[in-house]
Amino acid sequence: MSKVNITINGQALQVDAGMTILEAAQAAGIDIPTFCHDPELTRAGACRICVVEVAGARNLPASCTTPVAEGMVIETESERVQKARRSILELIWADHPHDCLTCEKTGSCKLQDYSYRYNVKESPYKGEARDIPLDDTNPFFFRDLNKCILCGKCIRKCHEINGAGAIDFMYRGFGTKVTTAFDDPIEESSCVFCGMCVDICPVGALIPKQGLQQGRSWEVDKVLTTCPYCGCGCTFYLHVRNDKIVGVTPNFDGPMKGHLCAKGRFGWDFVDSPDRLQTPLIKKDGEFVEASWEEALDLIAAKLKEVRAQYGADAIAGLSSARITNEENYLFQKLLRSLGTNNVDHCARL
Amino acid sequence: MEAQTYRVRVGLATCGIAAGASKTYDKLLPLLAEHGIVPERTGCMGMCFSEPLVEVISPAGETFLYGNVTEDKAEIIVEQHIVGGKPVEDLLVLSNVKETENSHFMAKQERILLSHMGVIDPESIESYLAYDGYKALAKAMQMSSEDVIKEVQKSGLRGRGGAGFPTGMKWNFAYQAKGDKKYVVCNADEGDPGAFMDRSVLEGNPHAVIEGMTIAAYAIGADEGYIYVRAEYPLAIKRLRKAIKEANEHGYLGNKILGTDFCFQLKIKEGAGAFVCGEETALLASIEGERGIPRPRPPFPATSGLWGKPTLLNNVETYANVPAIFRLGAEQYSKVGTERSKGTKVFALTGKIKKTGLAEVPMGITMREIIYDVGGGVQDDKEFKAVQIGGPSGGCLPAELLDLPVDYDSLTAAGAMMGSGGLVVMDETTCMVDVAKFFLTFTQSESCGKCTPCREGTKRMLEILERITEGNGQPGDIETLEELGEAIRDSALCGLGQTAPNPVLSTLRYFRHEYEEHINEGKCRAGVCTNLITYYIIPEKCTGCTLCARNCPVNAISGERKQPHVIDPSVCIKCGVCMEKCNFDAIILK
Repeated sequence: MSKVNITINGQALQVDAGMTILEAAQAAGIDIPTFCHDPELTRAGACRICVVEVAGARNLPASCTTPVAEGMVIETESERVQKARRSILELIWADHPHDCLTCEKTGSCKLQDYSYRYNVKESPYKGEARDIPLDDTNPFFFRDLNKCILCGKCIRKCHEINGAGAIDFMYRGFGTKVTTAFDDPIEESSCVFCGMCVDICPVGALIPKQGLQQGRSWEVDKVLTTCPYCGCGCTFYLHVRNDKIVGVTPNFDGPMKGHLCAKGRFGWDFVDSPDRLQTPLIKKDGEFVEASWEEALDLIAAKLKEVRAQYGADAIAGLSSARITNEENYLFQKLLRSLGTNNVDHCARL
Repeated sequence: MEAQTYRVRVGLATCGIAAGASKTYDKLLPLLAEHGIVPERTGCMGMCFSEPLVEVISPAGETFLYGNVTEDKAEIIVEQHIVGGKPVEDLLVLSNVKETENSHFMAKQERILLSHMGVIDPESIESYLAYDGYKALAKAMQMSSEDVIKEVQKSGLRGRGGAGFPTGMKWNFAYQAKGDKKYVVCNADEGDPGAFMDRSVLEGNPHAVIEGMTIAAYAIGADEGYIYVRAEYPLAIKRLRKAIKEANEHGYLGNKILGTDFCFQLKIKEGAGAFVCGEETALLASIEGERGIPRPRPPFPATSGLWGKPTLLNNVETYANVPAIFRLGAEQYSKVGTERSKGTKVFALTGKIKKTGLAEVPMGITMREIIYDVGGGVQDDKEFKAVQIGGPSGGCLPAELLDLPVDYDSLTAAGAMMGSGGLVVMDETTCMVDVAKFFLTFTQSESCGKCTPCREGTKRMLEILERITEGNGQPGDIETLEELGEAIRDSALCGLGQTAPNPVLSTLRYFRHEYEEHINEGKCRAGVCTNLITYYIIPEKCTGCTLCARNCPVNAISGERKQPHVIDPSVCIKCGVCMEKCNFDAIILK
């Protein structure tokens, strides 16, 4: 790939032609704030927090959408840039609830981080603020559109990665909001609740219902694990506090690039459910009774032998689950074949 | 003199029809039939101030343009002029053989683009062909693509949509761009308040636009094109459809154009009324069926436009200029205008101007010439205060700049912009803070909502302006407006956002004192901001006639007959009726 010579903050760099200013800066270890940028989504250039100063340019271009060019001289933290960023933060603050003390996003909120970085304590603009009722119509997450900064990442994720296309911008100007077709409740839309929108929301507009008030982001242990729901092998971090799962965040560096489904993203309340089976159950006199694993396995072995002796091996069939690993499924079919039957199947869908 | 040798034309653009020209035409039809004359339909003649317009052309070629021709007046014209051979002096607006009070309207104009407007029948290709129609296309197709582009470059033509990008250079980018498929798109999403140039051209001379686009398609190697026209222009759409159909039938469009292998399919895409779709990337998104919101540039449409293909996008007036360039030759064309702004510009003259209408003037003419010589000056001879040019992206220029030459660079330097050609004249009764508020209301409701500075910033600027006009301005508001305006200009995504603060910044630049008066003195010198004005009766002048009291809709005025009256400011709603009614100039604004 051809290279171009650029200067960022006085540092001479040789970077790949075709890179954006943001990519070139990131490669050089220079941090530029972003709200609407996501490397796997189309470039929107919407939030404008990533603007930089390019010598000779009339305006401040967005670094996430502007390609580098030979000889470009870029300042990422000049006074003019910082002024523009502060102005954008003040504009967002003018219409954003000031409830950081209790907001679930505190500690992992980009608006908070950048307000701290640029010392924006309050907005000089006092005026109308959005007053959209909290959307609590689905079991998985809250939608608080008063906190939405309209970066549009959720929309692009939904259209470009998931393909559900459940949400989009609606209305114009100050009335613009992210919503479903006809502004219907999210459950009545084409949303499949993959939760990818929740994961990439830079602020507290989309908050998972699991783990409310159960720990700040810095208080939880993040345990990298592989999802056991199916054989795809998605990895993610379970947020654990006091031996309890209080949340999930995707592993963007994993093989699935952080793309999860509804089950992997939200389906963990069963782990600590009181209804959960702790031991095998054996039906005795018409009632299920708790039993030990030895007892249960002995019973299964005895029954299998009995059926095979009486009706032949083909009277036996085994159905396994997609929730176990490929290796376990392999062993399962091996077991069935060792009993002399090929009657083995797998739900393969959940 | 034989009656049947006369020709009669009726201006039937939306402006004329709105004033009743269809009825006039229907009236004329049977009346003229008796004399063997079929009245001709034509587009906008430019003199909106005296619609409906009817032109009578004598056998000797003398033209008599009659104004305000209602049905009954149509009858008079037929009787007196067609039958009697005597021009109707009372109705005469313009003539090529006689000086009229409106002669000035045409004197300073240079009609190249509009030369056939008001002459040809926009619904007949034969009529266009009779005036050298499609000859420019034939001429261009004798040339190579490179030579066509060179000719456009040589003409010095710059984009008439507002920003003034050199058209030939844009064509060359689209020509150089690699792609198996290319598009030519026309931006007919005219949306600036007070602008109607493009509508008039589409309604009055649609083939000129089609011919320009076809030449462009030939030059860059495109085989498909779109005209993006707002659905609020039904007549323009109707005439365009007819023109496209006829051009297809006559071999000037479609397959095997002029018998060659060159094909160009032209379609119409109706816009749903979003102002932002006049921004080129939003326009393309809208054609694709997406929400009309701007996309980042680069890539520019010339390299990656409609459906990711190289796309040439110009506006109506730009394309309509192209046939003239080839008809006249680039050299001749570029003789009009200034060093860096060639040719002419069409302006829609509106607001407090005597002669509202459509005017085509050479680039470099002064604002004073346009307003006073062409437009006849300010209505009711009031004092000129400002002229708003360039729509919501433009700015307000004060009297001191009346001698500013109207070209791209001078206007930009003065804090306005050429824009698409809307020109709104304001007089002493216009409040400049109120004007800024009007435009910010417009941009805020038309902001697509995508980028933070435009969506949130215009909202907060508007709130501050509302506060000031309501009499609640605070010290520091002006500085906040300036800072915020500059931040929006610096950081917004598209041209609409970047220029949205211009009406505020330009009024702050030239009319700062009005803002200061509102904030510091609680005064609106134009008497527009109702919270800042009080109606007062001068006791010495009041005769006690009771007329004001009887007309006040809220009974705020009291007083004995033949005794001075008083207005109760706590009841007064400041409608101004009392002042209008008073015969003794006893009521003033304080």
